[in-house]
Amino acid sequence: MQNRNALWEEGQMSNHVLLVEDEVNIIEAIRFLLSREGWTVDTHSDGSDAADVIRTRKPDIVILDVMLPGRSGFDILEELRSDAQTADLPVLMLTARGQSRDREMAEKAGVSRFMTKPFSNAEVLTAVRDLLYVHRQST
Amino acid sequence: MPREGLTGSRIRERRSVAGLRQAELARSLGISASYLNLIEHNRRRIGGKLLVNIARALGVEPSVLTEGAEATLIATLREAATDASLSAEETGRADELAGRFPGWAEVLAAGHRRIATLERTVEVLNDRLTHDPQLAASVHELLSTAAAIRSTASILADEKDLEADWRDRFHANLDQDSLRLADSSRALVEYFEAGQSGEDTSSSPQDELDAFLDANSWRFDAIETGEKAPGDIIAAAPELRQRAARQLAGTVLQRIAADAARVSLKELQAALAAHGPDPVALARHTGAPVALVLRRMASLAEPECGLVICDRAGSIVFRKPAGQFVIPRFAPACALWPLFSALNQPGQVLRIPVVQLGRGRTAFDCFAVAETVGEPAYNMPPLMQATMLLLPVAGPAPVDALQVGSTCRVCPAERCPGRREPSILREGV
Repeated sequence: MQNRNALWEEGQMSNHVLLVEDEVNIIEAIRFLLSREGWTVDTHSDGSDAADVIRTRKPDIVILDVMLPGRSGFDILEELRSDAQTADLPVLMLTARGQSRDREMAEKAGVSRFMTKPFSNAEVLTAVRDLLYVHRQST
Repeated sequence: MPREGLTGSRIRERRSVAGLRQAELARSLGISASYLNLIEHNRRRIGGKLLVNIARALGVEPSVLTEGAEATLIATLREAATDASLSAEETGRADELAGRFPGWAEVLAAGHRRIATLERTVEVLNDRLTHDPQLAASVHELLSTAAAIRSTASILADEKDLEADWRDRFHANLDQDSLRLADSSRALVEYFEAGQSGEDTSSSPQDELDAFLDANSWRFDAIETGEKAPGDIIAAAPELRQRAARQLAGTVLQRIAADAARVSLKELQAALAAHGPDPVALARHTGAPVALVLRRMASLAEPECGLVICDRAGSIVFRKPAGQFVIPRFAPACALWPLFSALNQPGQVLRIPVVQLGRGRTAFDCFAVAETVGEPAYNMPPLMQATMLLLPVAGPAPVDALQVGSTCRVCPAERCPGRREPSILREGV
């Protein structure tokens, strides 16, 4: 089995991420980081229609904030998991509330990985790469 | 025979200081040593001439030997002993401790008072941290801004060949975010300081309503007498800034007006004089529903009662504090409260003595009843409201008092069938 960095460097991994986040400067920073790594970065800031946007744009991975205007990240994730089209979609959830209850709620909703703010850029990049790698290996 | 307080203990202490044996002092007073022994162990009342003679023999003023401010000290020590689950025998020796070691007793009592204050602070802050939506949003704002700053700063530090346009953009973002962080931090500190000092930031409609009711001591005599309408009082209330808060206040004041129209203050006081604070007897006397009587009793200055009302879902929609009985503002209340038992037995009036753990075990005579509210309609489930009156009881808690908490997270009960989550007080979560 090739390791994930080799796959990455050979361009065998798809690279479309949808960032659902309402914090403009976080969007800008993450977009910059992932773009530099070769990802195509889509963004969306409204929770109320986020699930539809995800289904329409068909990203390889979603970075999802918990507290969004219109609808919480937990609700969005539950909807994604109940839809065959998005049931296995890798979702990295970002939250500013690191309480164990939030983690439990995220796990119950079917999160792929959970990360608390403030995070480091390296953590985000590693998490995104890992999630996609694991997803590719399992499908 | 119940112990009579400090006097005997102080006589013994003063006698020891004076270097007198019990028999010597007894002989000089013309009483038996065994009788003096009973006095010194607080098993015989003492006063009058004998007290004056003892004081003279010990070279002190009689007032030095009698109870005074120390009664509060003893009460605090007994409270501390009860909270620590000491035996009744040990608890009963609080007066002896205060009499023989007043300095140490004061240290212990001060420590107990300090713990109570800190526990209250923990309750307030925990309540806010866990359940206050405004605080949750503030923390989210703070940490999101910190995340943006950290991410942007890392890019600026790590990307050596960053294009000038990007660098300028990220610098501008940093400047913008640092300002936001400063503002958010300041607001959060003010919020916590308000929580610690007990002040009210009046940030939510419910906060504003509570501040308004508190400012009026939960009584509205002008409505009772018909001098003013609820709308006039609300219009003149500076605490009620938000429209939603004014609406909430309107609901509360209209209910007070309707209740007062049904059972006037004069009628209530006459019924109280005839029957005492017995809600069922008062309901029979006035012909009013028990829930209304409970609300009316809570509007009186004397006796000073607490009142809690919850809706069918168990959410508390009205809270009037009662002494040391803690009614959580945001967190879910203790499931053992008679309020919730009443919700399951509409129409049945419950009377249960309760004591709230961790609060000096002050006892309350607790009355609760649930009734349907709203207009009748076809195929609609009845909307229920449960009402609970908390009447403070003087003296020690009855042995059969129901032990309840305020909310699980700050409740010291270790094995409770109603526990929803671990406590941060005993279990260190």
